[in-house]
Amino acid sequence: MTNAVTGAPGSPLRFFAKAIWEIQSYTFLASRAIANLFTRPIYWREIILQMDRIGVGSLTIVILTGFFTGAVLAIQSEGALRRYGAVSLTGQLVSLTLIRELGPVLSALMLAGRIGSGIASELGSMVVSEQISAMRSLGTDPTRRLVTPRMISMVLMLPLLTVICDTVGMLGGWVIASYKLLISSNQYWSDAMNALQFSDVVGTLTKPIVFGFIISMTGCYVGLRTHGGTEGVGRSTTQAVVSSSILIIAADFFLNNLLIYLAPLMNL
Amino acid sequence: MIEFFNVYKSFEDEAVLKDISLKIVRGETKIILGESGSGKSTILKLILGLIRPDSGQILINGRDITQLMERDLVSIRRDIGMVFQEGALFDSLSVRENVGYRLLEEGKMREDEIEVAVLQLLGFVGLEDAIDKMPAELSGGMKRRVGIARALVGTPKVVLYDEPTAGLDPITKRTIVELMIKLRDLEGVTSVFVTHDLHAASTMATEYAIAGNNGDIEFRSGKDSQSPQKVNFIMLQNGIVCFEGSYMELMNSELPYIRTFTS
Repeated sequence: MTNAVTGAPGSPLRFFAKAIWEIQSYTFLASRAIANLFTRPIYWREIILQMDRIGVGSLTIVILTGFFTGAVLAIQSEGALRRYGAVSLTGQLVSLTLIRELGPVLSALMLAGRIGSGIASELGSMVVSEQISAMRSLGTDPTRRLVTPRMISMVLMLPLLTVICDTVGMLGGWVIASYKLLISSNQYWSDAMNALQFSDVVGTLTKPIVFGFIISMTGCYVGLRTHGGTEGVGRSTTQAVVSSSILIIAADFFLNNLLIYLAPLMNL
Repeated sequence: MIEFFNVYKSFEDEAVLKDISLKIVRGETKIILGESGSGKSTILKLILGLIRPDSGQILINGRDITQLMERDLVSIRRDIGMVFQEGALFDSLSVRENVGYRLLEEGKMREDEIEVAVLQLLGFVGLEDAIDKMPAELSGGMKRRVGIARALVGTPKVVLYDEPTAGLDPITKRTIVELMIKLRDLEGVTSVFVTHDLHAASTMATEYAIAGNNGDIEFRSGKDSQSPQKVNFIMLQNGIVCFEGSYMELMNSELPYIRTFTS
């Protein structure tokens, strides 16, 4: 059947209309999740539970990611820096790369895999087993009960995890710098710290807030739109990870530009 | 009490309900039959306002619910309990929390009062001992019974059953149908029963429950015309009502589609 408004199935008009509709639905869900913060009831118990699941539960992967990334950065920097006789600047390179870029982005990508997929599969399972319908029939708004706590927990936890990732990454770099590149600890740490500006710290704390919002909202949106039984849950899980990852990388590009533009204006 | 006027509903490009008009009066039991995908469960979701029709009107107690916001539907839903297919119990909550969910959410009752209410409802479905269990520890039949107990919180005037006997063994099926009959005959609940299980539907139509002097409940069987209850059937075929009438009229129908169910 041809739909007069959206065109025939498979047509470009249909695809375009569907894309607009998806963006509208995503925005609507996100705005409702935020608006729920200003009205009662707020599910504090659920928020604490999610913070534990997201924050404490993700510590191991964030620590491992940070450590090995810092270590690899130090190893890779050696070749490039040695050409200019600047191996002693390893600390500077590791800290700038980690704090400006890799710490926030890698932490977010790891959490998109661990938490974004978890949210999508949990909510997706609740949709296909009619638990969401049951919740609504019993007078509870699923956005308030399920989406808002996940959003707030993610937005609060990801910056903390990013700071841990950055710190452990610099430790990883220090291990390589000390034992392989034979740079003194004093030089490594003073270089690493002196290279940083306040805008770098602002960036490393701002980006995870946006990334956390993207991961939680994408997981919830995709999960709540699940259809097609258990096969649909699997599809939603994959879609949540892929969509979150792409959105994180795209948002990183725009945030970098924004921070570069704002830094002089705000004397950062 | 519940009225549909020329209701259409489609999902994506597929029309599921086409021009459905029906009326369910207070105290009536409406049994909706039809093959899988004929739109039976969609009718229940429309009654609860979980989905909106593409066109047409749905009145609950004279109030059009098709344009109501989610928060305005809460008061409508308070009078309607729904038993979902497979129970739809919340996996992360215990039986106690599942049954008392609505009361815990409303926050108007003390915890000990909620405990008493939950025990009373679990007593009605014969599952007081399962109060501390998690849904994963329950059998299929137990999940449906807990689902019934949860639907009865707040003594709703209408209970909607979405294939509550699907996939159960005959003994458990009988237990579920007896609970539905008890609710209808002893509590005066209006019922909408969606099923493709003609045996369960026949039991619902031909049996009734009476409370004995010693408090025991007795199930008696009789023809539809002799039953004190008003039971009516609707048969859906490809989203259209192809039959509406009593149990005897259904069984005597010569329509080929209905004969595939009744023969």
